[in-house]
Amino acid sequence: MVGGTESGERGPTGRDGHVTLILRVARQQDRGAFAILFGHYGPRVKSYLIRLGASRATAEDLLQDVMLAVWRRADTYDPVQASVSTWIFTIARNKRIDTLRRERRPELDPTDPALAPKPEPEPDRAVDAAQWETHIAGAIAEMPREQAEMIRLAYFDDLSHSDIAVRLGLPLGTVKSRIRLALARLRTKFADRAEP
Amino acid sequence: MSHPIADEFLLDYASGAASAPVGLLVATHLALSPEARRSFRRIEAVGGAMLESLEPVAPDSDTLARLFARIDAGEGVEAQPRTTLRAVDRLPSPLAAYVPRGVEALSWKRLAKGVEEAPLDVPSAGPRKATLLRIAAGRGIPKHTHRGLEMALVLEGGFTDEAGHYDRGDVCITDESIEHQPTADRARDCLCLFVADGPIRLTGRILRLLNPFLRG
Repeated sequence: MVGGTESGERGPTGRDGHVTLILRVARQQDRGAFAILFGHYGPRVKSYLIRLGASRATAEDLLQDVMLAVWRRADTYDPVQASVSTWIFTIARNKRIDTLRRERRPELDPTDPALAPKPEPEPDRAVDAAQWETHIAGAIAEMPREQAEMIRLAYFDDLSHSDIAVRLGLPLGTVKSRIRLALARLRTKFADRAEP
Repeated sequence: MSHPIADEFLLDYASGAASAPVGLLVATHLALSPEARRSFRRIEAVGGAMLESLEPVAPDSDTLARLFARIDAGEGVEAQPRTTLRAVDRLPSPLAAYVPRGVEALSWKRLAKGVEEAPLDVPSAGPRKATLLRIAAGRGIPKHTHRGLEMALVLEGGFTDEAGHYDRGDVCITDESIEHQPTADRARDCLCLFVADGPIRLTGRILRLLNPFLRG
């Protein structure tokens, strides 16, 4: 998908359409719908895994595991909580941590009885998850380069903020303030969009 | 919540770059803080945008066919540990997984008068360790600094240090530049999830002599 144009986002294979496709996988085990999702996300997930240090063979194996989880967990996907790409990103991220780092990622369980207060009614319903994401992409593109760099190093180079400070030879405080500024920009974007 | 976790830790956890001990602390904090969950969802959505921005790399030509074969073979059906989920000592699920038999069943060691620590079996590549820390009601940890990072998430009770008061769900983050002296509330014991790079270093004049006996 070229991505970006409003009409492209809303077509049957655009990102809004992806929610429908996931629902078709969940409700009817629709293989055609799954094949379309695979066509879009498969190459991106593989690219992500390679970018994060997997060999091509490992990336291929992990990609299969990720997409298998997409098939099996389709009925748990909640379009209010995350866009389809964010949801698939989280699955890919967790599989990579489990496999490449041989760690188990501690995950938040939304059904946890200890969750405080209760699984919350979503105050941001006004802005839908797919819209957020489009605006995040825009916000990152408009950021000063040194702020966008923090986000790229975190997501694509697997560096924590203290690793970033070491890698760039910057004081930890500088890295923290760049990250906070970058994320504050995203929040401002959201706040703008939440207004009708 | 008066002390939410700083953004940079949410980013570390969202991107997957956080070490397992820090990830455990962030996940547990998220369970206790609806505010932090809302912030976190926005930061995690960056991951979706980043995924979309990547240059696609074509999967092998038979990947999809192999996937359908695996689906037909019944692979990937996930065991549901959730059905067995139960509250363990009011611990949120990410942490409860490491304390299956309850807080009392951990092996507690005395650090100082009224202060005990129990290790958690969280894998970690570096020196960063996760433990539970218990401070008896009204008692304090002597004035100290740390080698590197120290993070404390309050699970039960509360404590006060030079920067303020911390309740269930609050996070206190310090480093070697900060000297502090946390004191538990008088009403009850304070239980914290504690993540640190190294042992506590006492800085009080007389207590410095006791340092060799302390371990972290």
